[in-house]
Amino acid sequence: MTEAKDPQRELIAFRIGSQEFCVDIMSVREIRGWTPATPLPRSPGYMKGVINLRGTVLPIIDLGARFGLTTSEPTARHVIMVAHIGGRMVGLLVDAVSDILQMSEASVQPTPDVASDQVKTFVKGIFSIDGRMISLIELDYILPQIEAEAA
Amino acid sequence: MDAFEAIKVTFFQECDELLADLEAKLMLLEQGQTDLETINAVFRAVHSVKGGAGAFGLEALVRFAHVFETLMDELRSGRKPCDTITIKTLLRASDVLADHIQAAQGLIPQVDEGRSAALVAELEMLTHGGEAPPAVEDEDDDFGFMPMAFDMALDEPVAAPEPELEAVGWRIVFKPMGRMYANANETGLLLRELGRLGPTTVVLDDSETPTLDALSVEDGCLTWTVDLDAAVDEAALLEVFDFVESDCELAITPLGGASNMNAPFEDEPAAVLPASDDLDIAALLAKASGAVADPVPETIPFAAIEPEPAPAVATPAPTPVAAAPVAASASVAPAPVTIRVDLDRVDRLINVVGELVIQQAMLSQRVLESGLARSSGIALGLEDLELLTREIQDSVMAIRAQPVKSVFQRMPRLVREVADMVSKQVRLVTVGEDTEVDKTVVERLAEPITHMLRNAIDHGLETPDERIAAGKSAEGTVRLAALHRSGRIVIEISDDGRGINRERVKKIAIDKGLIAADAPLTDEQIDNLIFAPGFSTAAVVSDISGRGVGMDVVKRSIQALGGRISISSVPGKGSTFTLSLPLTLAVLDGMVVAAAEQTLIAPLPTIVESLTPQAADLHFVGGVDPVIRFRDRFLPLIDVALIMGFREQPMNPTDGVAVVVETEGGQQAALLFDAIQGQRQVVIKSLETNYQQVEGVAAATILGDGRVALILDVDVIVTDMRRKSIRPDFKLAS
Repeated sequence: MTEAKDPQRELIAFRIGSQEFCVDIMSVREIRGWTPATPLPRSPGYMKGVINLRGTVLPIIDLGARFGLTTSEPTARHVIMVAHIGGRMVGLLVDAVSDILQMSEASVQPTPDVASDQVKTFVKGIFSIDGRMISLIELDYILPQIEAEAA
Repeated sequence: MDAFEAIKVTFFQECDELLADLEAKLMLLEQGQTDLETINAVFRAVHSVKGGAGAFGLEALVRFAHVFETLMDELRSGRKPCDTITIKTLLRASDVLADHIQAAQGLIPQVDEGRSAALVAELEMLTHGGEAPPAVEDEDDDFGFMPMAFDMALDEPVAAPEPELEAVGWRIVFKPMGRMYANANETGLLLRELGRLGPTTVVLDDSETPTLDALSVEDGCLTWTVDLDAAVDEAALLEVFDFVESDCELAITPLGGASNMNAPFEDEPAAVLPASDDLDIAALLAKASGAVADPVPETIPFAAIEPEPAPAVATPAPTPVAAAPVAASASVAPAPVTIRVDLDRVDRLINVVGELVIQQAMLSQRVLESGLARSSGIALGLEDLELLTREIQDSVMAIRAQPVKSVFQRMPRLVREVADMVSKQVRLVTVGEDTEVDKTVVERLAEPITHMLRNAIDHGLETPDERIAAGKSAEGTVRLAALHRSGRIVIEISDDGRGINRERVKKIAIDKGLIAADAPLTDEQIDNLIFAPGFSTAAVVSDISGRGVGMDVVKRSIQALGGRISISSVPGKGSTFTLSLPLTLAVLDGMVVAAAEQTLIAPLPTIVESLTPQAADLHFVGGVDPVIRFRDRFLPLIDVALIMGFREQPMNPTDGVAVVVETEGGQQAALLFDAIQGQRQVVIKSLETNYQQVEGVAAATILGDGRVALILDVDVIVTDMRRKSIRPDFKLAS
């Protein structure tokens, strides 16, 4: 496979519970440890609240809860990936960041039907590395739906 | 951007200012103030536009401005009367001039040639009094511009030539105040200094001296008028008074050869030092010249007051004075000195100051936590720092404060155009255009005001025939007013039209399924239906109001700014839209309160009073909804933590603090918190930048401990959230 025909993507892999996901590395600005967030009233359960990121008010989305997975209360070991999604800065709460991957588009397989509906909404495709299954997340789907649901 | 382009940008900025000035002056003319000064001002504005445009080879603009200018020249020379028809034409001409400028800037594709040509014809017609206009524009146009000359044309108002300082002398009216003497300055010495500059004639006016029994020796009550017969530089005069200018009232006017002076400078003091605010310079001058004209001036010697014997009319030997180069700027009437600053720089400064405020608060908190005594040097130093920070912040915010004038000035044209389009006669009255508000707010005012003005003219006002039939004058009035009210800016747009047709509004709302057919609505509720999404009353969607955006869009854009809009209407009398916005989008004075585990900010302007609820004052309406007795009235008691979902069970009101708040609409309620932590100025951070609007939350801020705290939207909490508080995920106590 050649670069011209099949461009490589750099992805950042992270863990939520026992599952592994990844997003395009270009959309992630920084990774920081969990700090207690200020809860927002009347917000969906996956909105953990807002934190102060060097003077910016950053909303934190519990990605696991957003995918409909069961999540526990965040601890100091959890991490926040600060991502850029459609002109906004959003913090994504995940269990841990595991890897940086080089992936070709061709190796991404369509999401099998077995996944839950909520996961399928955000998972663009899956691929395997060393026998692990990793789901590729399309972050663009995460924000507009926040608005739709909360409105 | 090369230098030439940069100059061009400046030119267009200047044009905007000139146009605003032009519009303002034309409005004055329209109101009947047809004095020469106003006409001259109009001429100058057009002339400057033409001058600059010539330098850039903007021919279409130059041609139009030239015709405009020619007519203004006729008017200012008095060869043509400045009548109503002329003024109306001038107003329309200024609109077209604005179009030409915009076209030259590339903001609009091109000018409506037909309209422009028609106006040129009209202007020429007026200029030549009905004669056929000359075939070509005269070639001896005084604008043979070369780009080289351009800088000058921009920097100085063209028709305000440098004053020619051919004055042969100066008149100095000098009145020391008590504190000048207290500072050990002596009038005699100052007069002697003046005497060194040239021959002087000194007249003392002691008419303000009270009788002995009423005399306070520490007050200054003498006024000297010194006529200096030497053509010295004014700066040299000012130098004499350098140390005392803030302790005296001082007026310096050029003397002699009145014919040498330019008209605008003739009747005003060339330089007035702002020594005192209670001094009417004109009155003083009148008095001074009166005293001189008086053949027998009171000529008491200084000696009466001063130890040094000196003749009242002193003529010391003339001292040769080096003819200093004339400093033109020194004798131009004082105008506020301004600089142009890139807005980005100001914004950066404001952001940094915002961070400074947060950092300062953080530092204070850390010091407090460290257990240092409040009287320790560090704590005291921090207190000073806090004051300074606050002062810096206020000053920086003041830089951004702008009068709403810049928006209001655009409205007369809009009103004219809309009125023309719907064939109605409209008079626009603007009030309070000097009201200042943060620049970001000013910018965002334009659109809602435009929309509401259009609505007022299109829907609110009747046609002239209808108005006459209703016993009103044919000309409708639309009033646009700005004022400050309790820490907010309020914009009112009112018309004296037909008012809201409630029957029709209700019918439309029912037809569109916005309300149930049998919904019992108050008049106010019906009026507010026009803000409902998808509501448009115009039977025929007109070109003017019905552009697909309704009042709901206006309402939303106002709300996004933390503002509110309301309407009141009297059938047959007219409607008033009231818009209220925060003065700034950057800082807020707030009360820091605790609710459940959370720290919240309640905006100080909304707070009336805080109190500790007593069991005897608490009641439950229907056994459920708590109310509290406050000054013999019962106010709903809102457990904020509960309705925000921070707590599952309502707290015992007697364990907390009740804060009485008042909404924009004057509704009062008591908010129940766990505790009040203090008062603080907070920097407003929008939640919408990265997230979205959250019900009951106006914005967020960052506290001293670095955590985010939410700023409450008191209005929403009091009016909306309370009603909707019963939700499956947080029930009221069972």
